[in-house]
Amino acid sequence: MKLMKTIIGTTALTVAGVAAHADSHNMADSMTVVSWGGAYQNSQVQAYIEPYKEMNPGLEVITDESSGEAVTKLRAMSEAGNVTWDLVDVTAADGMRLCDEGLAMEIDHDEMLAPAPDGTPATEDFGGSIVSDCFIPQIVFSTTFGYRTDMVDQKPESVCAVFDTETYPGQRALEKRPIGNMEWALICDGVAIDDVYDTLETEEGVERAFAKLDTIKDQTVWWSAGAETPQLLADGEVVMGSTYNGRLFSAIAEQDQPIGMLWDWQMFDLDGWIIPADLPADRLARVKDFVRFATDTQRLADQAAYISYGPARASSAPLVGEHAELGIEMAPHMPTDPANAENTFLFNYNWWASYRDDLDSQFQAWLLE
Amino acid sequence: MMADTHFDENGLVLAADGTPLKQSLARALRAQKIRALLLIAPLLLFVTISFVLPIGEMLMRSVQNTAGTEYIPDLMPNVVEEIQDWEPASGEMPAEPVYRALAQDLATAFENRNHTQLGRRFNYESAGMSSIFRKSGRRVSNWDIETDGPFREKFLDIDDDWGNIEYWATIKANSGYYTTSYFLAAFDAQRTSEGIQMKDPDQRIYSKLMVRTLWLSFLITFCTFALGYPVAWLLADLPAKSANMLLILVLLPFWTSLLVRTSAWKILLQQQGVINDFWIALGFTERMSLINNQLGVVIAMTHILLPFMILPLYSVMKTIPPSYLRAAKSLGATNTVAFMRVYFPQTTPGIGAGSLLVFILAVGYFITPELVGGADGTFISNRIYYQFSSSGNWGLAAALGTVMLVVVLLLYYIYDKLVGVDNVKLG
Repeated sequence: MKLMKTIIGTTALTVAGVAAHADSHNMADSMTVVSWGGAYQNSQVQAYIEPYKEMNPGLEVITDESSGEAVTKLRAMSEAGNVTWDLVDVTAADGMRLCDEGLAMEIDHDEMLAPAPDGTPATEDFGGSIVSDCFIPQIVFSTTFGYRTDMVDQKPESVCAVFDTETYPGQRALEKRPIGNMEWALICDGVAIDDVYDTLETEEGVERAFAKLDTIKDQTVWWSAGAETPQLLADGEVVMGSTYNGRLFSAIAEQDQPIGMLWDWQMFDLDGWIIPADLPADRLARVKDFVRFATDTQRLADQAAYISYGPARASSAPLVGEHAELGIEMAPHMPTDPANAENTFLFNYNWWASYRDDLDSQFQAWLLE
Repeated sequence: MMADTHFDENGLVLAADGTPLKQSLARALRAQKIRALLLIAPLLLFVTISFVLPIGEMLMRSVQNTAGTEYIPDLMPNVVEEIQDWEPASGEMPAEPVYRALAQDLATAFENRNHTQLGRRFNYESAGMSSIFRKSGRRVSNWDIETDGPFREKFLDIDDDWGNIEYWATIKANSGYYTTSYFLAAFDAQRTSEGIQMKDPDQRIYSKLMVRTLWLSFLITFCTFALGYPVAWLLADLPAKSANMLLILVLLPFWTSLLVRTSAWKILLQQQGVINDFWIALGFTERMSLINNQLGVVIAMTHILLPFMILPLYSVMKTIPPSYLRAAKSLGATNTVAFMRVYFPQTTPGIGAGSLLVFILAVGYFITPELVGGADGTFISNRIYYQFSSSGNWGLAAALGTVMLVVVLLLYYIYDKLVGVDNVKLG
């Protein structure tokens, strides 16, 4: 009897072992994941890359920090016929570009991604954040303003405080590109939110936006890297400035700087994965397995414990807990929190894809004047 | 002497082994040349593969009319053929055959996922074109070319802009294998229906940037000269021991990372920075704007490029015997005259070398203007970088790079005519 048990047990183990082996046999044992580096990539490593590696011993995950040049690099790799990346973190606009050019793989979201715990299919759970057939959304982030709490007499409530140099004297930090700045300028010049892009399409509209920006031009510091604004605020160089909300959160919560958030008319943007087109079968199988795990409801909620970006799944929001180290509630720091999201606008990818080159050269010419 | 020399019957000089001396000499020289060539072969190969070929390829991109990796006429063969019969000046939309050709070409392009790249290519010339190409790709791929015509109405249904004559003029003007439009853009010009014209003044940037880059580089060169000359003279004049000590002080920043030095200037010069705090402590009330403008760029770059001026000056001054100045003075020259007529002329080769080095380095500088340039202190290299990495308009980036290269070569030529490159000495 005992022998029998042992035999059965061994057989079962062997079968299980073979089955497990057969399962992972088709998957590559190394995977290159490309992201943005810094605190953001760290949140991905903590929330899903490390747990996934624990589940798959022997798997090697190579991380790369080239997302900023993802489009140009993927183009070059595809020209050379040697795509070494397996999974790439990109903004929604870049994801759409790569999909249109056939450099990213088109996917069936419901088949590839896990449903919500209550069975809601992925396409419904992600909702409007699936902006392209290739794009697998992860987070919602926003570009918004922070201000020095000790340098203002009254708390700014509206984004138009940026243009109000009388109440809020001092320098401002704005991104050195037209995207965002033009919209805010028009909103503060009295254009209704629904008419912003129609107005920007006309020459008078562009002039109007520049005229508004002219009022603060000589008090503006122009940034090109997201880390500059928190530094400028910490040094007291500027009284307020725009940057990604996660950066401001780090400065406020982790570094205890006297900085406040100004969420009014924050500009939403999305970030997510794309899988490069035409991956070999074993690598593709590995990536699909990873992505299904990394974008499920719990994992996206876990990520929010490391960075204040909102999970792209509706079902993740109630699971967002406390900061992994500081123990503070994360929900009120999310750009998607109802209290913060009273006035928001979504960065219009399609519109900017057509007008970016043109407006950018006008913007640069305006800077030179 | 005569006894060792042999002559043949024609009176030609022969070498010891009996071959004509001329031939023997040529052989020996050839062997030497081959050996020399073999010695530099690795470097030559390296420079060719890693420098000449890529730059050549990049320069070619400034005239190739491509979308992605393929030429426009190859991507739109039917449209390019049909559109030749249409005249923008007629003021009418192109006729049905052109739209039919467009349907054929777009369907193929969509299959190969080239349609958005086509759109991007034309969008460089007329804003708004990329969206109609992107919008139309999938729809057109479902049409049957044989039975679904006429296509003009169907295109206008997708987007009214397919009837925009300006857009069609853009397609017609850019339907060849090669294009001048990138170079026109690099000079702030464009091709319109009335021929080549300058862009609106509020859209001209490259000519302004080019002038500014050259002017600031010149100013920086002059500043390094004004600051570096006395230092180099002091170094050359001091006894070896203290001179070496000072030389290390010159070289120390030279060995420090460029980024560290640039960031250090940020901390020193910003409004809440060290210098401004000192300024306020002195009793002034206004803080100065020393950074994020042209002044900041000139200060930081002068500091960074200073060693490139001091070192050539120092090595030239080192070779000038101090006795010359003493001789001039003993013959009655005042200090000023002795310096101006005896010492300074002998240092010009060093000034030439230092100025050329600093100027050419400054013209192509990128990191420092990006970090401390603010709105009005950026260089043309910053825009070239933008076109390469963010906008992806490699044609324009290549054209700007080519213009820059030609301008620098031109300045070098002028310099050679005025001063003479033979007069440049690094030591």
